[in-house]
Amino acid sequence: MADRYIEPDTPELRARWGNFAWTPENAEKAKDVLSRYPEGRQRSAVMPLLDLAQRQVGAEENTQGWLPIPVMEYIASYLDMPIIRVVEVATFYTMYNIAPIGRFHVQVCGTTPCMLRGSDDLISACKKRGMKAGHISEDGLWSFTEVECMGNCASAPMVQINDDNYEDLTAERLDKVLDALAAGETPKAGTQEPGRHTVEPVGGPTTLRDMVTENHDYRGEW
Amino acid sequence: MALADKDRIFTNLYGFQPWNLKEAMARGAWDNTKDILAKGKEVIVEEMKASGLRGRGGAGFPTGLKWSFMPKEPPKDAAGNPKPSFLVINADESEPGSCKDREIMRHDPHLLFEGALVAGFAMGARAAYIYIRGEYIREAEVLFAAREEAYAAGLLGKNACGSGYDFDVFVHRGAGAYICGEETAMIESLEGKKGQPRLKPPFPAGAGLYGCPTTVNNVESIAVAPTIMRRGAAWFSSFGNENNRGTKLFQISGHVDKPCVVEEEMSISFRELIEKHCGGIRGGWDNLLAVIPGGSSVPLVPAKDIIDCPMDYDGLKAVGSGLGTAAIIVMDKSTDIVRAISRISYFYKHESCGQCTPCREGTGWMWRVMERLRTGDASVEEIDMLFQVTKQVEGHTICALGDAAAWPIQGLIRHFRPELERRIAENMPEAAE
Repeated sequence: MADRYIEPDTPELRARWGNFAWTPENAEKAKDVLSRYPEGRQRSAVMPLLDLAQRQVGAEENTQGWLPIPVMEYIASYLDMPIIRVVEVATFYTMYNIAPIGRFHVQVCGTTPCMLRGSDDLISACKKRGMKAGHISEDGLWSFTEVECMGNCASAPMVQINDDNYEDLTAERLDKVLDALAAGETPKAGTQEPGRHTVEPVGGPTTLRDMVTENHDYRGEW
Repeated sequence: MALADKDRIFTNLYGFQPWNLKEAMARGAWDNTKDILAKGKEVIVEEMKASGLRGRGGAGFPTGLKWSFMPKEPPKDAAGNPKPSFLVINADESEPGSCKDREIMRHDPHLLFEGALVAGFAMGARAAYIYIRGEYIREAEVLFAAREEAYAAGLLGKNACGSGYDFDVFVHRGAGAYICGEETAMIESLEGKKGQPRLKPPFPAGAGLYGCPTTVNNVESIAVAPTIMRRGAAWFSSFGNENNRGTKLFQISGHVDKPCVVEEEMSISFRELIEKHCGGIRGGWDNLLAVIPGGSSVPLVPAKDIIDCPMDYDGLKAVGSGLGTAAIIVMDKSTDIVRAISRISYFYKHESCGQCTPCREGTGWMWRVMERLRTGDASVEEIDMLFQVTKQVEGHTICALGDAAAWPIQGLIRHFRPELERRIAENMPEAAE
């Protein structure tokens, strides 16, 4: 199991987050989420709503977002379920941040397929910038986690930073991405290999070449 | 025997063209789905059985047969009303090495939605939930948008495709737990709980999501169904060896010149697959050390056994491994093979849900011993002890995560014991005697 610790419930935390409530926009989204599940099964919505709440906290703080205990309580009362069932879910799934987090959450995949393609170099590059697990950099910009397989193995090694993946990385390419983010730019997501589109072999696809230039319909050849 | 482009199902695999409905329809998605449904449930299930399609999520259970397990007459709830049935589509692709469902979802999502309707209709389901792993954030955005398109065009929802059948599809995002790829853990998670697997029986086909009959299928298994129905079982089963039919998305990662995802014929040889699509092994064929052919949970296969092996369920079983999700992790001779497997042990330690003691304690224990074997800080007897412990974890847990943690280590000991002993001898000459 993952080693994670929940941010303690303190009077300061309550003072900051005790009045958490959906923004009007998120209140609409929450209703839409609830409509996906059968009547009486609203508890199913706990995962999407925790994600929504985490994003709302993030938007308020200008970070990736996390889940203070009072926010979990808000979700519990919204879904009419015991608070412990919400905490249980928030602590079980690693994408819910249960402690404060930086502006950018740099998640380097370190599992074997990425390791074979050089994720060690990416981890060193992050450490060189002072990133370390469970720690926010002094400027508030960076949090770092070595994560398990992210499912980008054919364009490894990769990092996920907040909502975007950066693939086919080297230490230099990662540095460029991080510099751009620090400068407030939006670097191109996806593969960083020049000339590569997605997960076709580098240098061009060995199959389905017609598709590169036109939306080819193969049915005529059946 | 090379698969032609016209026989590839996922023609927009690399996303050179838009995923949107208009373009997907121009490629052949949602092509007269009403006629497929008009054939009736039994015909669809029989056609799927005849196609020889085996589940693409790893276990390889025949898909048509799985659909036929759904009850013909829905069970009644306490008030005597018939319970609805559900299709759950497993898009929690988290097995290290696997990256195929991602390409389907972000580049050809309409094949998946159409498949959901065909499969859901064939098993009499009221609705489908697509459970996509939380880390696939952009991919989930595509699914939500594609779903909107399909509803707006009347392809899903009430009277789907004008068939008279009402069918809803919902997208549900996970949040970073590998274990939710196990079907009963996925159902628990969908119900808003921790993703801890359930004891079976009851099987999901009897009592699954919300206690209703449920079938869980992999994304690829569902997404190929409409094309199989359009082109016929005979077409699909013309590819691959007996018992291993069809086309398959292979994902090649690690030490090849050009890692990629590619749709190929089942039973293609490892050599042909690598030569044709991956530009060969880094440093040439003599530089190949070992291959993990089906995602991290299957045992590794040493170079000499894999090179001419057919990449299918039976071929890989014959060399002591498995096809799994066809996630092929290639390792050349520069690989620290003990570290490569130890990292997989760490993965399972990290992802154990903590429900069963042999797995909760065993995965951590096995990883710690693996780390000592990596540096040679162990004694030779500990290799045997580790092997024994893997046997005590394997088969003694509710789900297969315990087995999945045990097999890679067993494969390492089976094929690389001399390497383990060498490290021990180098580190502590006195311990090796």
